[in-house]
Amino acid sequence: MLAKWLVARIHVLSKQHLMIIGMIIVGSIILITVLAPFIAPYDPVNYQDGGRLEPPSLKHLLGTDQLGRDVLSRIIYGGSVPLKVAGIAALIALVTGMIIGLFSGYRGGITDRTFSLMMDAMYSFPGLILAIVIVATLGAGIFGMVFAISFVYIPTYFRVVRGQALQIREQEFVEAARAEGASGFRILLKHIAPNTVNSVMAVLSFNIADAILTEAGLSFLGFGLPPPAPDWGFDISNGQRFLLAGDWWLITFAGIAIIVLCLGFGMIGEGISDLINPKRRRKRA
Amino acid sequence: MGGIGKYAFTRLLLTIPMLFILLTLVFIILRVMPGNPCLSMLGGRNAPQSAIDRCIKQYDLNKPLYLQYFQYLGNIARGNFGTSIRTGRPVVKDVFDRFPATFELAIFSMLIAILIGMFTGIFASTHSDRLADHSLRIFNIVSFAMPIYWVGLMAQLIFAVKLGILPVGGRLEPITAAYFHPITKFYVLDSILQKNWGLLIEVLKHLFLPALTLGLVQSGFLGRISRSSMLEVLDKDYVTTARSKGLRERIVIYQHALKNALIPIVTISGLQFALLLGGAILTETTFSWPGLARYLLRSIDARDFFALQGTIVFFAIFISTVNLIVDVIYSLIDPRVKY
Repeated sequence: MLAKWLVARIHVLSKQHLMIIGMIIVGSIILITVLAPFIAPYDPVNYQDGGRLEPPSLKHLLGTDQLGRDVLSRIIYGGSVPLKVAGIAALIALVTGMIIGLFSGYRGGITDRTFSLMMDAMYSFPGLILAIVIVATLGAGIFGMVFAISFVYIPTYFRVVRGQALQIREQEFVEAARAEGASGFRILLKHIAPNTVNSVMAVLSFNIADAILTEAGLSFLGFGLPPPAPDWGFDISNGQRFLLAGDWWLITFAGIAIIVLCLGFGMIGEGISDLINPKRRRKRA
Repeated sequence: MGGIGKYAFTRLLLTIPMLFILLTLVFIILRVMPGNPCLSMLGGRNAPQSAIDRCIKQYDLNKPLYLQYFQYLGNIARGNFGTSIRTGRPVVKDVFDRFPATFELAIFSMLIAILIGMFTGIFASTHSDRLADHSLRIFNIVSFAMPIYWVGLMAQLIFAVKLGILPVGGRLEPITAAYFHPITKFYVLDSILQKNWGLLIEVLKHLFLPALTLGLVQSGFLGRISRSSMLEVLDKDYVTTARSKGLRERIVIYQHALKNALIPIVTISGLQFALLLGGAILTETTFSWPGLARYLLRSIDARDFFALQGTIVFFAIFISTVNLIVDVIYSLIDPRVKY
């Protein structure tokens, strides 16, 4: 009985509800981050009261760190940097990748082959390593991270948009526009670009999740904001020092925060993919 | 030399532009972008001007960029990656010393990823749209969302700190490491070659958590590819034929369907292998694994410019080679690819 009910639930869940749950998750985390000064029980940066490295208790729901700072408050504040960095970086990558992709796919020929080769080479290189090297050259901090992450993800958008542009430019309505004497720029902007938006949106959602992980990875490795600033990735690397003593609360909750946020974006991406590509939902008889 | 040799050669020719682009990219990031190697090597803006000037002259950084670029390519072609300031040894030597650790970790985590990914994928495809399928789909999404280092820390917390059955990090116990003389520097292989079974167990114990961590995170993607590729094949007529012949389901799935579904799985695994290096950085940091990724991070910390450049160039060469090998394997298992 229960199993049957569960199957039915999860079945429904796997359709559009996935996207709605994702949106609720992402929406609430953004809201919590924005309202952090009103929600957080303690100051996230300054030392508050006695009690260092205290396990979770009623007073400090998620425990305290080695400076007596409240872990819950740091987590509530800590979403701000990942959200900002990942959001801005993904948008920059989207715009850049889309422009190059549209241009390359529409022009075709040698231009297309050159761009494709360049983007494929970039894509084949592990993004995190590329990002680390860029941040190391530019210097740690928000600017470095945004630049590095947006650079690394340009090929992701390029590949999708270029593929679509190649398909669309052969279709009749583009042919018709060309016959009417529309300029190349106009065709790209009015006829091809709008038709790539759907798939770009699905990619964007997955990509933000990816970018959050990359940001957290960079700040875990020490390329993020300088210490007292709350940031999930950095807090995990801070907690690593107390792992051997068994102080599990320092790393566990910050990690769960990252997972939940990425999961939210991932679910939205799954939902959009299902919507625009019904074949993905294909069932076997 | 048959057709396959010729095919491999053509692919090799196509690998060269890719490698070339990667090398150029590295050059642009390290030399053209703001900041200069001498400033970072000498520790920032406080270094005396005379020292900076001397350094710039020593490394020919005052020459025009295009000359520097050709010099850079020439040095790489001759296998001259410069000398590490931190270790005082040629970067090539440092890199080859540490590469086996990273490679061993990568191979074992790939094996774990393929095992978990392929079997969950097959299972999901034969139980399509049932509870198992949906739970595996959710596992896949979660595996994309998990930070590798966090999974590693959790594994350490559970298996090393709380249960105390596996070591926290490193490739060997410090005592063993002091008396151990590696031959190939692949410790699993070394301990087998030396027929030292106690050592082999110790090596595998150290390898288990890092490989599992890295493998688990990769397995979600492979699971998804396996599932969709199996679903496609299970719809084919020859599977229906095999079933109607009265063959047992297991034979139908593992001998008829899997064989054909394997092509995308192998390709993706190969491409994932290169991307594994990114995850390896975080895994090595978490498990104090003395590999290439940690060398890279230490070089950055020490502002060791040539070590940094050499490691990245090595990654670029390695990735291009892996891609080439994947291409050739692909042509071997898929008879439809003409060469």
